[in-house]
Amino acid sequence: MARNHVTTTINGDPVEFLCDTEQTLLDVLRDELHLTGSKEGCASGDCGACSVTMDGRLVCACLVLAVETQGAEVETIEGMADGDRLHPLQQKFLDHAALQCGVCTPGFLVAAKSLLERNPDPTESEVRYWLAGNLCRCTGYDKIVRAVLDTAAEMRE
Amino acid sequence: MVSSHPATAMTDSSQIHGTPGQALQHDSALKHTTGEALYIDDLPEPAGTLHLAPGGADSVCGQIRRLDLSAVQSAPGVIAVLTAKDVPGTNDISPTHCGDDPVLAESEIRFFGEPVFAVVARSHREAREAARRGQIDIDPVEPVLTIDQALAAGSYVSEQQQLQRGDWQGALQHAPRRILGRTVSGSQDHFYLEGQVSLATPGEDGGVHIHSSTQHPSEIQHAAALALGLTDAAVTVEVRRMGGGFGGKETQAAQWAVLAALAAVTTGQPVKCRLDRDDDMIMTGKRHDFSSEWTVGFDDDGRILAADIHMASRCGCSRDLSDPVNDRALFHADNAYYYPAFRIRSDRCRTNTVSNTAFRGFGAPQGMMIAEQMLQSIAHQLGKDPLDVRKLNFYGKNQRDVTPYHMRVEDFILDELTEELENSSGYRERRRSVDEFNSSNTILRRGLALTPVKFGISFTNTALNQAGALLHVYKDGSIHLNHGGTEMGQGLFTKVAQIVAEELQVDLKTIQITATQTGKVPNTSATAASSGTDLNGMAARNAAQTIRQRLTAFAASHYKVLESEVAFRPDRVRVGGIEMSFADLVMQAYLNRVQLSATGFYRTPKIWWDPNKAQGRPFYYFAYGAAVTEVMIDTLTGENRVLAVDILHDVGRSLNPAIDAGQIEGGFIQGMGWLTTEEVVWENDGRLATHAPSTYKIPTCRDRPEHFRLQIFSRGENQEETVYRSKAVGEPPLMLALSVHQAITDAVASLINEAELPHLDAPATPESILAAVDARRASTTP
Ligand code: FES
Ligand code: FES
Repeated sequence: MARNHVTTTINGDPVEFLCDTEQTLLDVLRDELHLTGSKEGCASGDCGACSVTMDGRLVCACLVLAVETQGAEVETIEGMADGDRLHPLQQKFLDHAALQCGVCTPGFLVAAKSLLERNPDPTESEVRYWLAGNLCRCTGYDKIVRAVLDTAAEMRE
Repeated sequence: MVSSHPATAMTDSSQIHGTPGQALQHDSALKHTTGEALYIDDLPEPAGTLHLAPGGADSVCGQIRRLDLSAVQSAPGVIAVLTAKDVPGTNDISPTHCGDDPVLAESEIRFFGEPVFAVVARSHREAREAARRGQIDIDPVEPVLTIDQALAAGSYVSEQQQLQRGDWQGALQHAPRRILGRTVSGSQDHFYLEGQVSLATPGEDGGVHIHSSTQHPSEIQHAAALALGLTDAAVTVEVRRMGGGFGGKETQAAQWAVLAALAAVTTGQPVKCRLDRDDDMIMTGKRHDFSSEWTVGFDDDGRILAADIHMASRCGCSRDLSDPVNDRALFHADNAYYYPAFRIRSDRCRTNTVSNTAFRGFGAPQGMMIAEQMLQSIAHQLGKDPLDVRKLNFYGKNQRDVTPYHMRVEDFILDELTEELENSSGYRERRRSVDEFNSSNTILRRGLALTPVKFGISFTNTALNQAGALLHVYKDGSIHLNHGGTEMGQGLFTKVAQIVAEELQVDLKTIQITATQTGKVPNTSATAASSGTDLNGMAARNAAQTIRQRLTAFAASHYKVLESEVAFRPDRVRVGGIEMSFADLVMQAYLNRVQLSATGFYRTPKIWWDPNKAQGRPFYYFAYGAAVTEVMIDTLTGENRVLAVDILHDVGRSLNPAIDAGQIEGGFIQGMGWLTTEEVVWENDGRLATHAPSTYKIPTCRDRPEHFRLQIFSRGENQEETVYRSKAVGEPPLMLALSVHQAITDAVASLINEAELPHLDAPATPESILAAVDARRASTTP
């Protein structure tokens, strides 16, 4: 079967790749492009570990076919820091110790960034509901929620 | 010559960065936030890496009549198909080597999904697709699935164990009051976010190197060696970090590591085995579900006089760690309470389900739940506040202090701790406001509970309480730290590095944390039983002290001063009247041929256990804590919400309050999941119905209580000589969540004024709450 040629933009860089039709964006990110910051926790859209944005929309990379990214703008955790300069969310996750094993962390950060972009002043409930699609088995979430609220407050200043 | 090498900058700081007690971030925190931390599936694959997927049975249970793998063999991309016949050594990965945990099933299917063959293919997808094409026909026999079925059939993985003291029968008979009860708690999937994964690479002379996401590298090494017919020395196992473990990667990582190693040796190419979530949930063991019956006798004040407890657990199809898990359940059926006379029995049921295994708490949560339900029932019958009845039954100081396993409780702090929490949480006022709320609401009801935790620290198998470490100091003063403990997110590596930093008075950044590797520290115990820091921290401290002693002796003789005149100050060393950087002293020691590498070792003192007499001191000390939880239930839907949680937890003198707080919070929420939303459901045909997050619900951001106050007990200090008087923190907080279940029960009980406590199974899902509510309401209908 012929492989598909896809041209897309990932973290601002033009990217071309070949993929099979059934390959997901997550497969391609991890296996072909070696961007392994997005994780597979379930491959069924239930855990959020694979969260990325596509044309500004928060999606589960495991539920997006790689061919669908033709012409799209994809943002992953690898594009979040600006060189050595961490995104404020990344810094707050560090300050609040909002992580343990770290597998869920990239997904939470990408999801939280997407929340703050559309709602710079979320209530605690809004943060909780927005992030309810991201599972974390280690932290108990409290510090994650604090970190997001704290970042939002700081970014509004 | 001293100035001819780069020396660490001297600082005037009065304290190094990284000393114990500081709230430092996890060693990999930065990499976690940038996505750069590499887990095994993220490692660049070596050239020619193949992928393995297990092929499991789709029926249960019986002898294999026919195995047809021709369609698997001919599937696209398939390189090899392995069966039990391809295992050159012993086809057993049982942690006790009792022969009941085959790498691949040979002749019999014992649970739905049991791996029978393994496909090695060019890609992960091809391997998985091919694995579905196996034809496994069995001669089916009626499976034993539940605890009740196993008890009726006399199906056990091992002998019944029991603890007993005094004339419990007489005491029960003559007790002024008696309650008969039943305590049921469900299973729980670990749901570590990173699933099981291994990457094996064939090495020289028939050896193999295995990256495994495991809490127990030494066990993986040994299992692979046995299965492959190699010596332990020919197998190297390495793990830098896991994406969560919780007990699920103690023995359960072995099968995938051994299969990858077997395939690597067979094909001569690197092989990766990564389970997808469904296979992971179907093919790996979980928490033991328990069903227990008990009778408790007590006086009119609520003081327990005698207890007769019979617990039974679902162990699944093999022994695995079921004996130590159930032993720990026995050892915690008292929780924090003194039983003057008792009989406590434990039956370990063999069922046709995946073999249950270690899970944070390791049987203790199930045992403690019995104690807490007894206490709540007693209080309810007497119309007293359960907290008062709990306090009445707490272990005493120098009296009423002997546990059911004949160990004296010498460090009991629950009187102080509970009192502090009772006041800081406003327990009594909240009790009144809950009652008030309930008196004016019929549909929504609130409940409140305070439960304590007393958790014994040490492996109950005394031999496992040992650890090793390896420390190299390089000529530039930098330090390579290695030990037998594994990092699964709990912050162990950070804590152990802090200990070394303190002993050598060097900044934490001089210490290079390295992957756990069987070639560096041999014969390690699993990072389990909450003992990671207690054991490995002490071993690393021992190694650091050896280095420090050598440097001290060298400095004294070189500068002709007394050893007592050599002092390690933050980032520098004072030798008589002069001061130099740590790196300078190290360089001089090197030039004078002082050995700068040391191993460290530790074994826990004082502990012993005589299994024949069921007596001893299985635990070095106890960790304590308590939680107050307030909930609300909707009596029309069974829906429930945890409204407020106040926790006070004892970690001795905290090595790292940030990391400890993370363990406490995460443990509580995980325990809350076990007792509320997480329901493992087996179909009548033995199929696991809940094998993905779509059907199996761990807590999310939304479930976290609105009010959540967590405090570390400030007066905490380990009476025993643990590392800087700290206490283990991995498991104990999970059991704080028993307060959630008790609070829900309290809310249901509030519906009707009746002496009997409502029966509520765990997990308290909306369905089971609704059933309890209906039963409660029906109980008074004439
Ligand atoms: S891996 Fe995509 S949502 Fe879980
Ligand atoms: S930190 Fe481990 S899953 Fe979130």
